[in-house]
Amino acid sequence: MGGDNRSARVSLGEYIMQSETDVLVVGGGVTGTAIARELSRYRLDVVLVEKSPDVCTGTSKSNTALIHAGFNADPDKQKGRLNVRGNELYHERIQHELDVPIEWRGALVVATDESERPKLEELLEKGQRNDVDGLEILEREALLEKEPHLTDDAVAALWAPTAGIVNPFELTVGFANNAVENGASVELEAEVTDITKTDDGFTVETAKGEIDAEIVINAAGLYADEVSKMVGVDDFEITPRRGEYYLYDKQFDIDIDTTIFPVPTEVTKGIVVTPTDEGNLLIGPNAQEIDDKRDKATTRQGLDKVLNGAQKTVPDLTKKDVIKEFAGLRPAIKETGDFRIQIEEEVPGFINAAGIQSPGLASAPATAELVVDLVEELRGDLEEDPAFDPNYSGPPKVRHMSHEERAGLIEEDARYGQIICRCETVTEGEIRDAINQPVPAQTVNAIKRRVRPGAGRCQGGFCGPRVIEILSEELDIPMTEVKLEEEGSELLTDEIKQPLLEKSHESSEVNADD
Amino acid sequence: MTESRQAVTSDVDAMRREEHDLVVVGGGPAGLGAAQAAYDEGVDDIVILERDFELGGILQQCVHPGFGLEYFEEELTGPEYAQEFIENVAERGVDIRLDTMVLEVTHDRTVYAVNDEDGVTEIDAEKVILAMGCRERTRDALDIPGSRPAGIFTAGTAQRLINMEGKLPGEKAVILGSGDVGLIMARHMHLEGAEVEAVLEIMPYTGGITRNVVQCLEDFDIPLRTQQTITEIHGNDRVEGVTVQEVDDDFEPIPGTEYEIECDTVLLSVGLIPENELSVDAGVELHSVTGGPIVDETRETNVEDIYACGNVLHVHDVVDWVTEESMIAGRSAARSLQDRVETRKEPIEIESTAKLRYVVPDRISTIDPDREEIPLYMRVHAPMEDVFVTLSSGGEELTRTFERRAEPGEMVTLNVDSDTLAELPEPRLELDVVQREEA
Repeated sequence: MGGDNRSARVSLGEYIMQSETDVLVVGGGVTGTAIARELSRYRLDVVLVEKSPDVCTGTSKSNTALIHAGFNADPDKQKGRLNVRGNELYHERIQHELDVPIEWRGALVVATDESERPKLEELLEKGQRNDVDGLEILEREALLEKEPHLTDDAVAALWAPTAGIVNPFELTVGFANNAVENGASVELEAEVTDITKTDDGFTVETAKGEIDAEIVINAAGLYADEVSKMVGVDDFEITPRRGEYYLYDKQFDIDIDTTIFPVPTEVTKGIVVTPTDEGNLLIGPNAQEIDDKRDKATTRQGLDKVLNGAQKTVPDLTKKDVIKEFAGLRPAIKETGDFRIQIEEEVPGFINAAGIQSPGLASAPATAELVVDLVEELRGDLEEDPAFDPNYSGPPKVRHMSHEERAGLIEEDARYGQIICRCETVTEGEIRDAINQPVPAQTVNAIKRRVRPGAGRCQGGFCGPRVIEILSEELDIPMTEVKLEEEGSELLTDEIKQPLLEKSHESSEVNADD
Repeated sequence: MTESRQAVTSDVDAMRREEHDLVVVGGGPAGLGAAQAAYDEGVDDIVILERDFELGGILQQCVHPGFGLEYFEEELTGPEYAQEFIENVAERGVDIRLDTMVLEVTHDRTVYAVNDEDGVTEIDAEKVILAMGCRERTRDALDIPGSRPAGIFTAGTAQRLINMEGKLPGEKAVILGSGDVGLIMARHMHLEGAEVEAVLEIMPYTGGITRNVVQCLEDFDIPLRTQQTITEIHGNDRVEGVTVQEVDDDFEPIPGTEYEIECDTVLLSVGLIPENELSVDAGVELHSVTGGPIVDETRETNVEDIYACGNVLHVHDVVDWVTEESMIAGRSAARSLQDRVETRKEPIEIESTAKLRYVVPDRISTIDPDREEIPLYMRVHAPMEDVFVTLSSGGEELTRTFERRAEPGEMVTLNVDSDTLAELPEPRLELDVVQREEA
């Protein structure tokens, strides 16, 4: 697939590019993009529609970023089976195919009282039944050797070496970009407003026009119930369950190597303490049911609960060196507590991939595999596209290069020598690459998700204005139209001092000639 | 993409290698002052590495007056103040590299810098002066709950947007923190046509200098509300308002005092943090209060031949003191290069009472025949009136200075004669603050 063809496959215009497709995926979260990519393996016309200006703006962007091992998965539930299979797929395929940070750090479930030991045994047994490899119980001494910052109260832990951490932004963007490279289309800012059943499929109305689809796959996350209602399937409801987090500076003196869970209770999995792929420390989440699907505000009570919970396993943690607090919403189906991935029998051709709460990220590749099976069930055998290329790589990560590697790269392309974000050492080249990817970054947060300017300790204080400037230049829009994330999140309100600034630019040019 | 990257990674000769007597990291007022002083002391192989596209650092966005009253004895704007030093270093032929970011400084003074013209340069430096300045504390460092919409800026970022980019960050603002940057930005937003609803300060007194409270708030009827803070930020896409609460003496919000302010912008002026990531990687030890390196009177850190000055060392309130301090660092590095100073057998430790938040330097460790006096910089913990700052050794008072008003926001300086140091009862200096009546 040529470069020109690729760029034509993502629509930034006002109208949807094509009037019909074989399969339409609703929602550009990790689930929707994984499904689109898996479908792009076959000779199928695939279109993904996303309501926001970028993929990965909902549940996929604010979560614990874990590939759970699956020891706590309920094999009687869809989410249990998909978690275990998803973890396998990350090991076997995804980590080799996509240029996305995945590290197998392993997870510990730490008992802080002898009374919790039976629960560890129970989890061990459950994990073994789920065929999770390498599980063992570690005693106090081995445990503290592995994680010296663990509480003195630690008595034993379940060790799960196959648990991993992943960068959820790069993963979702990677799925989406790879899908587009393989011929799928992504339509951004194309919120689905109505779906009508037709003789041979559906007519889907979006904010960017109509499209006919033979099969519709609903991966709309928090809004999956609303999309499902559009075809008359209204027997479930998505309840947003908010989880809050603290993220710490990379230069933080508490080094944690693995993902640490407390022993789960009937009520909660507890607060997790985990490293991120970039070397930050992340703690959270609490769980609180709320009404408003847009309410991602953190709360004093919630954040305090997160810190207290984290201190149960790592007592040295304080608020010092926190660089960011945020909240995410899990799209839960309360009645079942499970995913709902199925062909809706009363509306043939409509597949729900709904209720994807935790472990949705860990399950994503398996969810995609299952959805492809369902599509096959509807359409008969799918023909593989011989041109499918599962491999994807993003912009070079200059911050991870040695000085010599960096020097070589800059010799090839000088834009990688211009540092824009000082905290994360992100270069101009990487930022421009992000804006010119198959699925382009068009907002400040979209760039941050892909290549990290503003993700560091100063949270964009220094690089913010520069990033806005580059976006304005690349997208050919005034700086006052550059958005942080969604419509209405423009960062600057007015142009001022223009005559003065022009004059000062003129005079500085004169000086340069002196 | 992958292939080309692998091809270049094998090319290890792409890196430039150089050697220099003095490398100054940062071309703001501190770096400029240090370079100028080192040159004037006889060092001519000096490189300034500056990450911005021009020299002058944060002064370039400070278009308001009030700079230079001490050093130049006239009132200048930030860019005017900077320009004096930019011209001075240019005249002296200092090697200036703009748009150049230092990636690493090693313990043995190898400096790695990157820009788009030279790629990566490895510089072997005899002396390194760290002058990276500081950054602003963020909303997250303050732990303010609520949503994360557009419209939350640090005051310095807003200042840059207005003065360098010509863009107004919002139309109705609440400013949290009454440090100097916050006060100046209150006036600035007002003058650019935005409404400033209030400046909130969690402490019972302002964090800025008195002059700014009068000239930036009182002259424009902008309310300053002390012992109040933002406890929640509202708005999904753009800021829609904030919840404000009064705080008690432990800075805890008082229940029942909540009220809302409607606004589309929150500017934060809640403290500056010395930017010491490079220093820490070089093995430099930091002071728990200042957040900057622990230095001796020459501004040398615990790592031999690495010096620090300006806001990377401790946050100054007035740039004139940055200049004075950076000249000490530049001069000292130069004299040390020329073997003109002698190391004391035992350094003189400088200690202070709890009334002082911190003192720079931490110790006096050299004997320099060309030096007549040593200034000690310090800050008090809380505002005090009619006090003497006294310097003693072994119970014997050596010198004192009177302060009619000592504020945490305004640095106090006490000069010690070099001669006094020659005959101390013990290798220790003690600083204290006493009320005039007691004294």
